[in-house]
This record gives sequence, C-alpha cells and structure tokens, in this order.
Amino acid sequence: MFYREAGDFKTSYRDDSQTFPIRLDRMGYYILMFVAFLVVPFFINDYWVNAVFAPFLIYAIAALGLNILTGYAGQVSLGTGGFMAVGAYASYKLMTSFPEVSILIHIILAGGITAVVGVAFGLPSLRIKGFYLAVATLAAQFFLVWVFNKVPWFYNYSASGQINAPERSVFGVIVTGPNTEAWAKYMICLVFVVVLAWVARNLTRGMMGRKWMGIRDMDIAAEIIGVNPLMAKMSAFAVSSFFVGIAGALFFTVYLGAAEAGEAFGITKSFLILFMIIIGGLGSIFGSFAGAAFMVLMPVFLKNVLVGGLGWPTDLAAHFEFMIVGGLIVVFLIVEPHGLAQLWRLTKEKLRLWPFPH
Amino acid sequence: MPEQLLFAMEVTLNGLMAGVLYALVALGFVLIFKASGIFNYAQGVMALFAALTLVGIQQGQVPFAHLINAIFGTEVHHFPWQVPSLIAIVLAAGVMILFAWIVEKYVLQHLIGQPDIILFMATIGLAYFMEGFGDIMWGSDIKKLDVGLPQGMNATIDQVTFDWFGYGFFIDNLDIVAAIVASLLVAALTIFSQYSKQGRALRAVADDHSAALSVGISLRFIWVLVWSIAGFVALVAGIMWGAKSGVQFSLSLIALKALPVLMLGGFTSIPGAIVGGLIIGVGEQLFEFTIGPMIGGATQNWFAYVLALIFLIFRPQGLFGEKIIERV
Repeated sequence: MFYREAGDFKTSYRDDSQTFPIRLDRMGYYILMFVAFLVVPFFINDYWVNAVFAPFLIYAIAALGLNILTGYAGQVSLGTGGFMAVGAYASYKLMTSFPEVSILIHIILAGGITAVVGVAFGLPSLRIKGFYLAVATLAAQFFLVWVFNKVPWFYNYSASGQINAPERSVFGVIVTGPNTEAWAKYMICLVFVVVLAWVARNLTRGMMGRKWMGIRDMDIAAEIIGVNPLMAKMSAFAVSSFFVGIAGALFFTVYLGAAEAGEAFGITKSFLILFMIIIGGLGSIFGSFAGAAFMVLMPVFLKNVLVGGLGWPTDLAAHFEFMIVGGLIVVFLIVEPHGLAQLWRLTKEKLRLWPFPH
Repeated sequence: MPEQLLFAMEVTLNGLMAGVLYALVALGFVLIFKASGIFNYAQGVMALFAALTLVGIQQGQVPFAHLINAIFGTEVHHFPWQVPSLIAIVLAAGVMILFAWIVEKYVLQHLIGQPDIILFMATIGLAYFMEGFGDIMWGSDIKKLDVGLPQGMNATIDQVTFDWFGYGFFIDNLDIVAAIVASLLVAALTIFSQYSKQGRALRAVADDHSAALSVGISLRFIWVLVWSIAGFVALVAGIMWGAKSGVQFSLSLIALKALPVLMLGGFTSIPGAIVGGLIIGVGEQLFEFTIGPMIGGATQNWFAYVLALIFLIFRPQGLFGEKIIERV
C-alpha cells in the first residue's frame, strides 16, 4: 500500500538511475543512517561493540571486497584471510614506523599495499580459471601467513611473534589500544563501512562493474566485445584486495588490538567470508551486509540459546554451529542460490503489490 | 658416499612415502570429479568422519553420548563391548555407503544443472556439516586408531642400507604398508573401471552425461556408486593417516594438501593423482631439507601450493589433465 513507485515521478536521468528509486527505500536508508550515526553511538556498550557491531562492520567490508572479486568478477578466491593479514601487518608497520601520521591514512595505505599484493597473486588468473584459480589463491593464503610468522621484521622482532596495536587517536579521540571507548571503535568502523559501501555500489554499477560482470558471465565473449580481460581482472583483484586489506587493518587495529597471523587470519577466515557472500548473495552489495550480519549474529544467538538457555556445554554448541552453518549453506544453495539478497528482492516485489495483488 | 647425499636419499624416500598418502586423498577427489564434474571439497572431512566412525565402532562408543548426556543429564559413554578391527572396518564402510546415498538423495539431486562452482560451494557446506556432525556423534577428543598395522622403523631396510652405505635409512613400516595399500587400491580401481559393467558405465558418465543417460545408464545409481567408492577411499586414507598421527580435526586439513596434488596431476586423471602426490611429497621434503633451514623452516605449509601455482601458469590443465578447450 505504501511501498510502491506510483506517484514517484522521475524528471531527470539522474533521478531515474539512483540507487534507491522508491521513496520508501530512500527514507529507510536515511533513517538507517540517522540511527547508525546519531542514535547507536549513545547507547552502545563494550559487549555490544565487541560481540556484534565491530565484527559485523569489519566483516561487511571484507565481504564487500570478496563479493567484488567473486560475485561481480567471477574469480573465486580462498585467500581472503591472507590478504586481511597483509592489511593488518601493513597497518602495524606503518603505525610503528610513522607514529606522527594519522591512523586513517595508515589504514588507507594498508589497503593500497594489500591491493598491490592482491594484483601480484591475481596475475595467474589470466591463465588459470575456475577451481584451479580457487586452489591457486590458497597459495597466497598459506604463503602470506607463513611469511608473517617467519620474517621477524614484520612483527618488529617482538618476542611473542604477536603484533600489538599502539594507542592512536583521530581528532583527539582514542581509537586503538585498550583504552578505546566503545563508541569510538564503533564510529571508526562505521565511517569506513559507509564510505566503502558507497564506493563499491558506484563502482559496480558503472563501466568497471559492467566489465567485471562481462568477464564473470563469459570471459571469451567479453573479450570479443572489447573488454580487456587483463585490466578487468586486475582491477577486480586490486579493488577487492583494497577492501579486504582495510578490513584486515581495522580487524587488527580496532577490533583485536593484538594479533598473530596464523591464528587471526587463517584459512578459516577465508571460508567464513566466502560463506558470508554465499549466504548473503553473490553479486550484491546488500547481500554482503546481510551475510556478514547473519554469520556474526548466528553464533551469538546459538550461544545464548544453547549455552545460556539450555545449559549445554560450550563445545557442543560450537559443534552445532558447524552443523548449522554447513547445513544452511547447502540449503541456501538448493533453495535460493542467490542468497538473502534475493529473498529481500522477492519480499520487496511482493510488497509493491500488497495488499491488492491485482 | 658423502653423508649429505645419503641424507638426501633418505629424505627423498620418505617424501615418496608421504606422497603416496597425499595421492590416496587425491584419488577420492579425482573419482568424484571424473564421474560427476563435482569438485568434492568434503573429501578430507569424509576421511576424518570415516576414521572417527571406525574408532567409535571399534571401541564401542555410544554415538551422540555427549549430546545425550547434556540433554538427559546421564553419564553414558561406552557400550560394554569392543568390536574386532575387520568387522569395524566393514561397518564403517557401510556407514560411508549410507552417507553416499544420503548425499545423493538430499543434496546432489536438487543441484543437478547448477554451475560447477555452486556444487563446489555445496560440498564446502557439506564438509562443515560433517565436521560438526562427526564431533557431536563421536566426541572431538584426539583418538588413537589401532587396526593392527605395523608401526615404527623397518629394521630390514635399516640393516640393508647400513650394510651397503654404512648408514641406516629410517623408513616407517606404516608408510610401506600405505604404499602397498595405495597401489593395490589403484590396481583394483583400474580393473574395476576397465572390465566391470558398472565401471564401464561409470566411464561413460564421466565422458558425457546425456549420452550415457540416452543409452540407459542410471545417473543416480552411478553417483551413489562413485560417492560410495570415494567414501571407501576416504576410509582407507583415514585409516592410514589416523594410524600415523591419531584421529583428530587436523585430519580434515589433508584435503587442502591434496588440492595442489590434484592441480599438478590434473583433475581428471587417476595416474595424475599418483604422480602429482609423489612429486609434491618428494618436492616438499627436499625443499624443506635443502632450502628450508635458510629461510626459517616450516616450508611444507606453502611449498606445495606455490609449486602448483607456478606449474599451472605454464600448463593450466595440469600434467595429465585433458586439454581445456573453451568456446563461446
């Protein structure tokens, strides 16, 4: 009844091609932004930011990055954990080498460094396709983690082999280290998420995104109609790694505070983020967020119900989590291969006609 | 003979033995990939699950004991009997066949015609499911697997090489058994696929799904069959790896080790899986032995992947893979 485009007249091309063409969608988006920026920070506490908001926002960035590579450009990658590690260690080296420079610049530079590494490991994608590429990206995963464990320069020769985020502040507010307040953690992640999601949305609906999708759908055909596969694939790897690198940098500096490459950025992380985009929806910006929210909230929910509610031991709950995640992935692939994003789209289709379906 | 060369020879031999074990896992992948075009990531978890089931049956564990205890507050864990190894192996193989049937009926049936990459991701989901299921069913503690395979240093080889070179080679008995079992398995599979009716049908399906259907081969039966065989191969691999290093979570990670083996050998070739396994096994041991100490050791973690990656740049279909022809 309320959710429809009737009466919502477009008078320019700009209006017509906007991200949220329906007024209610637009309003929803503005309300969401208002709540996220001006309401949540005043009510957030340590538990919520550490258990829900910080991981959700950071994984959303990583999922956006992987979705650009896998969902839009069709190159399956299992090296996300390794690239996150590059972002984390790059930000650590930058923070300790140039303490006077703002951490925002460090995080963005860390993304840039990851982009370079990503392109280097993406080069084989010109020759290797499909599964072979997926396995080839495992080389990045294992090699990078090994390098960060074995080369002491990366962790500044610390005895434990760990990296620890020093205290840094933005505009006088501490954002890293143990003294960070909950809302500051939340805000820095939120700012990055909003900016990067905007970038991703506009990249994917522009010329670059169309080239990526051409390569995804059939690379030879795309090449014939004039898409340069080298540029398209390399730009997908670069942009994706940039996102993943920023996610890794935030994950280490803001969320964890201390990290060890094998533990924090292992192969399980690569799979976790891959699951996010499968459940959320391949080739969808909204899907990246939905998948990240789902994969972050589900363990919290299960833990509360099984351990808190039924009093089961924690290891049993953890095993159930594995089963449920695995089962859900299979169910999603069977019932709705396009993930939560497609369900959302269908709901909106239905809502347009509701409550008068004819 | 100089000492270093002898060391290198010993390392090479041990690498060959390790390579056989990689090849065992890779074999399961190739079987399923050839018959159904599915890249079965769950193969490693199948090996873990098979080994867990074997140990569980052998020691008379109560399935889901942990869960039952948590819900009803009871204290059950073992039945008062132990099952002989051979019967336990047969029962475990039965469980794997049942598993193959369930997978075919409830997962693969619904995914026919989907793009390969969707099927691949479905097997990742399957792997996670089985991992959690196996842990709930049998518990997640490290178990010792003992089906009476010989273990420890082979005294004869040690003695013979000592007589020849004045330096005894250390070769594990278990590795030798694994090598023999693997060769028997490959021989049996080859004979099966060349000379039996079902084997021929299997090759027909691998060659062309729709042509096989049109001459009256049941695709469903072939899929159940091939997943059962892969389950059996997983059981053998699980026994070998489990006897070597205990049945534990890390067993499922050997699947990841088998991937570069496959890439080297080509996804569609059984000999490729064996040769790839041997190359990777020897290569990573020799690399760790020669270059490893210079750059900090533990190179086994990545050597196989990087080797496969470099190799693929020059030959994208692997050593024995079919030539990839792409059409628009």
